[in-house]
Amino acid sequence: MNLILFTFIVLLGFTSYYFGRKKAYTIQSTKKRLTALPQFYGYYLAIWCAIPAFIIFSLWAIFEPTIVKLLILSDYSNQGYLDDELNLLYEKSKALSRGQFTGEITPLIEASAEKYLSLRSIAQSSKVVIVLSAIIASVAYAYKRISSNSRTREPVEKFLNAVLFTASLAAILTTVGIVFSLIFQTIDFFKVIPLFDFVFGTHWYPAKAFVRDSSEALDPTMYSDTFGAVPIFAGTFFIAFIAMCVAIPIGLMSGIYLAEYASTKVRQYAKPLIEILAGIPTVVYGFFAALTVGPFLKELGTSMGLEVSAESALAAGGVMGIMIIPFISSLSDDVITSVPQSLRDGSYAMGATKSETIKRVIFPAALPGIVGSILLGVSRAIGETMIVVMASGLAANLTLNPLESTSTITAQIVVILIGDQAFGDPKTQAAFALGMSLFLVTLCLNIVALRVVKKYREKYE
Amino acid sequence: MNKNKEQLLNKRYKAEQRFRLYGLSAIFMALLFLTIFIFKIFSTGYSAFQKTWLIVPVTFDAELMMLDQNPSKEDLQDADYYDIALKSMADLDPNANEDQENELKRMVSYFFEKEIKNELLNDPNLIGKTKEVYLTASDDLDQVFKGNYPRDLPEDQRRVSDYQLKIFDQLVANGKVESKFNISFFTNADSREAELAGIASSFMGSIFSILVCLMIAFPVAVLAAIYLEEFAPKNRFTDFIEVNINNLAAVPSIVFGLLGLGVLLAIFQLPRSTPLVGGITLSLMTLPTIIIAARASLKAVPPSIREAALAMGASRMQTTMHHTVPLSMPGTLSGTIIGLAQALGETAPLILIGMVAFVNTIPGSPMDPAASLPVQIYIWAESAERGFVEKVSACIMVLLGFLIIMNLFAQIIRHKFEKKWS
Repeated sequence: MNLILFTFIVLLGFTSYYFGRKKAYTIQSTKKRLTALPQFYGYYLAIWCAIPAFIIFSLWAIFEPTIVKLLILSDYSNQGYLDDELNLLYEKSKALSRGQFTGEITPLIEASAEKYLSLRSIAQSSKVVIVLSAIIASVAYAYKRISSNSRTREPVEKFLNAVLFTASLAAILTTVGIVFSLIFQTIDFFKVIPLFDFVFGTHWYPAKAFVRDSSEALDPTMYSDTFGAVPIFAGTFFIAFIAMCVAIPIGLMSGIYLAEYASTKVRQYAKPLIEILAGIPTVVYGFFAALTVGPFLKELGTSMGLEVSAESALAAGGVMGIMIIPFISSLSDDVITSVPQSLRDGSYAMGATKSETIKRVIFPAALPGIVGSILLGVSRAIGETMIVVMASGLAANLTLNPLESTSTITAQIVVILIGDQAFGDPKTQAAFALGMSLFLVTLCLNIVALRVVKKYREKYE
Repeated sequence: MNKNKEQLLNKRYKAEQRFRLYGLSAIFMALLFLTIFIFKIFSTGYSAFQKTWLIVPVTFDAELMMLDQNPSKEDLQDADYYDIALKSMADLDPNANEDQENELKRMVSYFFEKEIKNELLNDPNLIGKTKEVYLTASDDLDQVFKGNYPRDLPEDQRRVSDYQLKIFDQLVANGKVESKFNISFFTNADSREAELAGIASSFMGSIFSILVCLMIAFPVAVLAAIYLEEFAPKNRFTDFIEVNINNLAAVPSIVFGLLGLGVLLAIFQLPRSTPLVGGITLSLMTLPTIIIAARASLKAVPPSIREAALAMGASRMQTTMHHTVPLSMPGTLSGTIIGLAQALGETAPLILIGMVAFVNTIPGSPMDPAASLPVQIYIWAESAERGFVEKVSACIMVLLGFLIIMNLFAQIIRHKFEKKWS
């Protein structure tokens, strides 16, 4: 229904464009000079068609559910029902009218479902009538208004500018959305679990906090010693550390080699090949780590008499490191190439070898950029999810042994939120609190890294 | 003195060579990982494109099927196929006792009676006759036939019994086992039975999510990039937007999953597990990538183009829309494709919005529950059955194939259509 209406409005838009342009041609044919190209008259009318439709659609989307609910529940408002019961009744009748209801159908629910359906159909048809009449009225008004000396280009361009501006707000809206979705759940979580316990507690067993019956009162003691995030934070940084131990030497050295030693031909082939590593989906790395690297390390360890878990931090961290190699290599490659040639020439003139030049001159000059690229790599490692979920353990052990399994923030979020969630449950909220800490940590890392890289770039440009 | 100098010089040259070797070996390591990786995936995955069939004679006994004379189409639909299916399997070994008959039944896929039913529906004249029917082998025997199953394990550690292996070997010796191209891997939806599981549902889920993502992310990102590059005044607010974009590009993907869960599902009440929600979530994630690419390619359009248009009396909006934006499109499009390829490989946010649900139907619209290819990889990788391992690798091959095609496409657009200035 909405789709048909939408198509119709689009068609109306094209028609008004056509009429606007036609009117402009008519004015032109009377030898009067137009203030803008004829198509601007068309755009002008089309905009007058789109704006009321858009406004009414959004208002309807916001207010229709509330008004329908009020109308349905007003019948029962004086019969001594509690608010919760009324809400439940409304939800049930809504589900019934959509054919998704699975519980017992009482006459009360059936009646309100019928009412819901009839109200919805009334709302739909009145929406059609109102939208169409609003469009016709506004287009007619605008059509009458345009004349030989009315301005049409400026309003059209202003409108376009406003659209462009709105689109550029999307990034801010997304950030706001992220903060918004995290913060309320996080605050609710810290109402039950003290911040101190979360940050300094050393036991993490979210499975203990099973879904409560809603009638049961919140009992904070039930959750004590369940949501201590230290093992998780430690595990996250530990795995990221292992990953960086793999990624930094390999990434940095290959970046240096590509920038300073490699011939154009080698560079031409090696660089995109290494970058393929960055394009492989993380779930594929996870599978690789779980299927190949984990068992391989276990076997290797057993042959050397070591106890290695099949889901060791080493396997996850190592594979994660491989994933991060291309980030570090291409960023440091860029940074090194942008070091001015004069620095190199100066060093060579003093008789330094190539490697000495790199180590003593280029590396220090490029250091801020390299540090920035490493920080971005760390932020990736911390936020990486699938490798850890698939290759490292899901139980949060507080350990510094790379051969045991540990868990990370991201893995715990997935463990908690996979399957059905009940909002308002401390376990679910814990995932959002973890998400919040992840967001904050990576935000700081990113901002610092981007600053460093940007500052460095300005220095040599 | 001189000798000392020479020694020092030699030392320095050696250090030079060592350093160079480190660099070379670093590159070599990176490429080695890539090779091992691709080799491993291909060597475990290629066999999934073959499927093992058992050729079993089936007697379509009207009495056992509870059919009257001259049955109608509906009768055939409702007939009882279980007994003849069971009988035809039991007939493989006339001396089988009851337990062994059960084992014989488990040599073919769980839905073998359906395959027999389809055979009869295709040719109703088969009633009363015997025909050799292709039945899907169970996933374990499939693996045995492909040589992936450790037959030398003690019997109690295998899912295939010695008896089943004996009968199977007889069938192989008689040429009654055949391997054919696995079409059902591409046409079937997910299934709990490895031999029947396919990627059709997750493939459609991926396509729908990517389409939704494209429809939202592309217009918004291009408009935003045009504003920021061509119209935005240089002030604090613009800087703020820019910081936001750069930062969003580096936010972990799972945080976007939390956004989808907390806002799209909890507040806007959009349907769970659907490509619609998945696509919206992914679009928020790809938005910064596309904005950054579009801005870069707008920036690459030389100012002379703008100045020429302005000099001819075009307004700034006309200059932008008629000249700058069309010239920047190749770069923008290739950036968009690369962003979409990233979104196609994304798993974690989709898991959080519930696209991990077991879906055994093929979704017909973005509003139907679905998985996506990477999520399918995750789901299968978590299953314990041996038959799923090769499926995972095969699914990865399909996914990587798509990513390669998309990236090549982006390259082609960039090289063919992008104007080289200067």
